[in-house]
Amino acid sequence: MISWRSTWSIYTRELMRFLRTAFQSVLAPVLTTSLYFIVFGAAIGGRMPDLGGVDYGAFIIPGLLMLTLLGETTSNSSFGIYMPRFTGTIYELLSAPVGVSETLLGFVGAAMTKSLLLAAIILLTARLFVDYSIAHPVLAVFYIMLVAAAFSLFGFILGIWADNFEKLGIIPMLFLTPLTFLGGTFYSIDMLPRPWDTIALANPIVYLVSGLRWTFYGQSDVNIWISFGITLGFLAICVAVIAFIFRTGWRLRA
Amino acid sequence: MEPILELSGLSKVYPGGLTALDNVDLTINKGEVFALLGPNGAGKTTLIGAVCGLVRPTSGSIRAFGHDLASDWRRARNRIGLVPQELSTDMFEPVHRAVSYSRGLFGLAPDRDRIEEILRSLSLWDKRDERIMALSGGMKRRVLIAKALAHEPDLLFLDEPTAGVDVELRKGMWAIVDTMRERGVTIILTTHYIEEAELMADRVGIINRGKLLMVDQKDAMMARLGRTEAHITLARPLSALPSEIARFPVELEPGGEVLCYRGGDGTGKGKAEVAALTKALIAADIDYVGIDTRESSLEEIFVSLLGEGKAA
Repeated sequence: MISWRSTWSIYTRELMRFLRTAFQSVLAPVLTTSLYFIVFGAAIGGRMPDLGGVDYGAFIIPGLLMLTLLGETTSNSSFGIYMPRFTGTIYELLSAPVGVSETLLGFVGAAMTKSLLLAAIILLTARLFVDYSIAHPVLAVFYIMLVAAAFSLFGFILGIWADNFEKLGIIPMLFLTPLTFLGGTFYSIDMLPRPWDTIALANPIVYLVSGLRWTFYGQSDVNIWISFGITLGFLAICVAVIAFIFRTGWRLRA
Repeated sequence: MEPILELSGLSKVYPGGLTALDNVDLTINKGEVFALLGPNGAGKTTLIGAVCGLVRPTSGSIRAFGHDLASDWRRARNRIGLVPQELSTDMFEPVHRAVSYSRGLFGLAPDRDRIEEILRSLSLWDKRDERIMALSGGMKRRVLIAKALAHEPDLLFLDEPTAGVDVELRKGMWAIVDTMRERGVTIILTTHYIEEAELMADRVGIINRGKLLMVDQKDAMMARLGRTEAHITLARPLSALPSEIARFPVELEPGGEVLCYRGGDGTGKGKAEVAALTKALIAADIDYVGIDTRESSLEEIFVSLLGEGKAA
């Protein structure tokens, strides 16, 4: 039976850890997003045509949101579990009567909360630069939560897999960020010449960006249900991997 | 005696082939202080890790408070506390928050009075708002003890609790262990300091290379393996042992000036025999100018057992 008090303890502690570096955690994404809007929204965006009737500055908001969301969620979650392993404080978690449910709800819940806060901050920041409206706000929040959950789980796996800081940073740096940039953050897949528009569909991030863009403007590169399906599938794979990790104790217990 | 922890045929072989625990059988009774002695790499920390969920045993079983740790681990772990060997805690956290977190992690409701009581008992109350990183090494170790006590465990593991701690703090730590013992907490401690085991433990286990070489009441172990050694400096050298003292386990050291007695059993028998020996010397008109006696310590027993283990 799940212990909600244990879950709450892990969750609040992780959030406290976030608050200790709140200035950096909030300021960095605000600054980065502002820079993107200045460069792509104002400087370049002014010369770009509307995309499907959406102003280019507004068009890139879901992509920028996804760019920050994936990076921050993955790193928050991976650091959350990696640091206790690195410093040895993981002993407390492993020796406590808490299982996979409490651990995941605590760590992943906290990472999700941070991500949602960041998403809200980015949307508010975007409002300073461009005018936009969200076509399906409830679905947008739901989709952001779904992606945050999936990548919190992914970050958790990364934090358990990594046995040094280099490995911890290599996946977000070498895979996640490039795939997000190439995943339609700043352009529509339709704008790519053949065969790149087809090749781009092999990039899973395309479906995430496209899904979120649909909840904003009701139009996307791929069908919204395919985006939902792929996100849910990725989440299910992550849950299965974590269940395996806890069952076998891989990289957690000697 | 009520057994609260039972290890049966417990083994741990690490992937590289190192056998850290080799078929260990051990029963710990309620309310006792059990000292696990052994050199570095003997398997002490692995044994603790296996009970506390940090190490997956290769074979064997562990029952704590009647619960099988493999299947009913939640109920068993609820009642077990661990103070690790390393000073592992979030150094940026204030003391009281770190201790409160530990209580919550074990599923208990916040209890400010209980946390205050624990912090006061460990002389940490004045430091409650300080970040752990600002505390001395001894204080940090106390914080780890406070964290382990926050969920009011019935069984507490102290892995090298006084490693790297100065003499004064070490004595303070012994006092803390005494207090916990009085409260009825069962304690299993590992240590390199034999005097610590001599002072605090009710029972002692000696482990080396994963094998539990001996487990016994400390006093019984001392009685069984303890020895008295006495060096009697004679007024005049002897060329051979006189027949009057031949019944004693004595030998004449080279030069004939010192008689060496080695005997007894750690229960005081040795001292009595040394007294009888001195009387026999006087009766035989053999004068002496000095007597130096000493009892063998647990450390010597420990070293001797390890030596036998190696020879085997």
